[in-house]
Parts: sequence; C-alpha cells; structure tokens
Amino acid sequence: MHGRDVFSFRRVGAFLLRHLYVLKRSWPRLLELAYWPFVQMILWGFITTFLVQNSNWVAQASGVLISAVLLWDVLFRANLGVSVTFLEEMWARNLGQLFVSPLRAYELVAALWLMSCIRTVISVLPAAFLAVPLFGVSVFALGPVLATLFANLLLFGCSVGLAIAALVLRFGLGAESLAWVAVFALAPLSGIYYPIDVLPQWLMPIALALPSAHVFEGMRAVLFEDAARWDLAGLAFALNLVYGLASTLFFLRMVRVARMRGLLLQQGE
Amino acid sequence: MPRSVPTPPADAIVAESLVKRFGALTAVDGISFTVRTGSTTGLLGGNGAGKTTTLSMLLGIVLPTSGRVHVLGTDMVKHRYDVLQRMNFSSPYVDLPRRLSVAENLTVYGWLYGVSDLKRRIRVLAEDLHLTAFLDRPTGDLSAGQRTRVALAKALLNDPDVLLLDEPTASLDPDTADWVRGYIETFRSRVNATILIASHNMAEVERLCDDVVMLRDGQIVDRGPPQDLIGRYGRQSLEEVFLDVARNRRVAASAAGS
Repeated sequence: MHGRDVFSFRRVGAFLLRHLYVLKRSWPRLLELAYWPFVQMILWGFITTFLVQNSNWVAQASGVLISAVLLWDVLFRANLGVSVTFLEEMWARNLGQLFVSPLRAYELVAALWLMSCIRTVISVLPAAFLAVPLFGVSVFALGPVLATLFANLLLFGCSVGLAIAALVLRFGLGAESLAWVAVFALAPLSGIYYPIDVLPQWLMPIALALPSAHVFEGMRAVLFEDAARWDLAGLAFALNLVYGLASTLFFLRMVRVARMRGLLLQQGE
Repeated sequence: MPRSVPTPPADAIVAESLVKRFGALTAVDGISFTVRTGSTTGLLGGNGAGKTTTLSMLLGIVLPTSGRVHVLGTDMVKHRYDVLQRMNFSSPYVDLPRRLSVAENLTVYGWLYGVSDLKRRIRVLAEDLHLTAFLDRPTGDLSAGQRTRVALAKALLNDPDVLLLDEPTASLDPDTADWVRGYIETFRSRVNATILIASHNMAEVERLCDDVVMLRDGQIVDRGPPQDLIGRYGRQSLEEVFLDVARNRRVAASAAGS
C-alpha cells in the first residue's frame, strides 16, 4: 500500500507540482526570481570595470567580484528557495492540509530542497549568462570546480533555509523576516569579496566552520592561482553533510513541537 | 478506487481517555468514545468545547497529552502514516492554495493520496459536486460555497474509509447545504465509509448522524442517537438538547422530561 511507503517520489513530486503550478501561473514571480541577481551582477560589473583600472588585486582576476556576487546569490537564493516555499504554504493556510495528507515530514524536506534547486537555477542562471556579453566575465570559466562550488552553496543555503522554516513553524509568521535577513549574518564570515585571513583571529574558527568560507577560498584559488582546490570542496561538502543533517533534525523536531502545541491547523495570517 | 482493507475493524475510531492540555488550558479532558465502522457520528459542542482539538488528535496532527487514539486499528500517535492514505479531512478553516485552479489543486492532492486514474476521478467528482465549470478557475476566485464544494471534492478524492468533516456546510446557502448533506449520505452508503462530523448545525446532525457525542469544556456530557437524546431530554429537537447541554440544564431538563 502506498501509504506505508517509507519514501514516495510521487508525494515529493506532488509538492513540487503544486509550486511549479504557482510559478507557471505567475510571470511576475519568475521575473522577481531573476531580477535581483541580475541587478547585483550589473552593479558589481560596473564596480569591477572601475576597480580593474584602479586596483592591482582585482586586475589580477577581473571576474572575481562578479563571480563572488553570483555565487553568493546561489547561497542566498537557495536559502529563500526553501524558506519562502515553506512560507507560501503558511500564507496559503495549506499547511494543515499537507500534514493530514500522507506526505511525510522528511518527504516535505526533500521536496523543499528540490524546489529550492529549481528556484535557484531560475534565479542565478540568467544573470550568469548575461555577465558574459555585458562584462566579458564568465563564471563558467571556473571550470569543473564550479559544479562543486555551486552544489556546496546550494546545500548550505538549503540548510539555512530549512532551519528558518523550522523557526517560522515554531514561532509563527512573526518570524518570517528571518528568511530574508538571517543569511546576511553569514556574509562577513564567508569571505565573499576578501580572503578570510583578514578576519580577526577569534572569528577564524567560526568562519572555518562555514562551508561558504571554503567555497569562496576555492573560487579565489581558481581565479588567482588557476588551482582547483578539491580539498576545500571536500571540506565544504563534509561540513554541508553536518549542517544538512542538523537542519533536517531540527525541522523534524519543530514539526513534533508543532504537533504537541497544536500549531499545524492554526498557521496563517 | 478499490477498498484497501476487506475486513475493517468493528470500530473504525477508538479514543480512550484522551487528554489534551495547552499549558494551563485543558482543551480535551479524558474523553473516550468509539465510532462504529460505516456509521456517521456527530461531535457536538459550543465554541471551545474541544471538537477541533479532538478531530486534530484523530488525524494525528495534535499529539494527546495522554490517552490513546486508534483509527482503523492503527495507533495515530505512532503509526499514522499507515492509515492517512485511507482517511481524509475537510474544514472551512484550512484552505487549499487559492492561486491554483480547482483542477490543479485536485491533481496535487490526487498525487499526494496516490489516487489511480486521477483524471477520471476528478472529472467524476467535478460532475457530482457541480464543479465542472470551475475546474480551470483559480480556487481563490470562487465563492465561499463553491470553495466548500472544492474542499469536499478534495476530501473525497481517495474514497476515504474514514472521513472527518469540520462544519461541512458552513457558509453554504440552505439549498446547497441540503444538497451537500445528501451527497455525503450517498457517499457513505456507496463506500461504507465512517464519518465523523463536527458541527453546530443541529438539523444537519439530526439528518446525517446515527450517533452523537456531546462535548462541553472538553468532556463528553452525553451521547446517543439523535432521537434518543431528544427523547431523553424531553425536547422537540436536537437544537433544544444542545442548548440544555451548553447551558448545563441537563438535570432540570431530565427532571422535566421524567
């Protein structure tokens, strides 16, 4: 019987279908997804154009700032992909219907992560392609290591987004702004635009515990030294396994707390 | 859809000593009841009596503080995913996504419940519930009554063995409400479903229910078939019985009746 399936791709697909229907119906949503990464790319493209003439560091690798901003957007959008998809269920007051259906909580987690992948690709890919003709910068020039950078940032963003979704489930829509602001606390520690060596010594252990810090170090290694740092990619991936597991367990715990406190039928504006 | 279990238990729903506390508030206070397979039972009570909390515990989305809940022989605290596919639920207080069309919503939930031959099932339900003309319209654009019928269509998609309905005719005009009640009766007799209805509408409960559980302050204060209750309280209608119970006039009413 299907209801006893431990994991059902059909049920995960049902959740994805629900959100793909929303995207299909609303071109402003699609446009909104791609809009901000595009604006960021334009802004940093002009800054790069200026700095190439005035900064030796940037002149050594003119694509460093645009690559960094595009990769940061992968993390940011992946976080939003999970948290906003979950928030949409709360805004729609649909959470109760989902939790009385056979969809298991961990299938919901899988569906949120997959939906986040889709939303992140829709968000970042147009800006990445347009950077080539507009500023002569191709993030794809990072080569095969780009796939590991992208995957690691995607995974980390999903973990952050899932932790935020868990907090929103526990504390209600009053906590929804976390989806947009919380991830920025990671930005200074991730060394997006600068090597993490510049951080104070006492912050270094925290930065090194973030997969994003190793990703951006890896990006600079390719751009400045033409070196593919697979060790950094592996370290980031190992950390992502920890964060992914921790955020999933935290989310499942908050679902249980919501069941204890009777929150699942009360969600909504 | 073929029925999943050929020999269902005698009691589809068994609640034993159910208690639910939210901090200092005791929403459900030690209730026990059973619902016979294939019967329709009404859960009656005023606002805050514990009806929705009880339904939520039966669905497994609220965990009891103590006590046991079994649906179709399955412990809903530990193994609810074993039976959720054979249950369904409708409430005016839980929406379907309003941006999705009716057909899209039914497709998504059809996938979630593993409904076979889904297109045909949606077509049949849409015809039965007079929704065919609205299938391609966003659910949020429909009137409250139309949305209630869509919610009912979703609740019937999987031909559930156990159907929990929270105020199934709320916000419907009398004509549509009467029609929906007729449809629920037809559905029950067609698939021998067990139905539990939480309602404030006494005429609805009198018409649909074989048995009534009356709640006040989280406790069961009486139960029995509607006509038995009316006779026991010496009243003309279930509404009068409800008022006696809600206003704690049982002793006086019983004395008057005797």
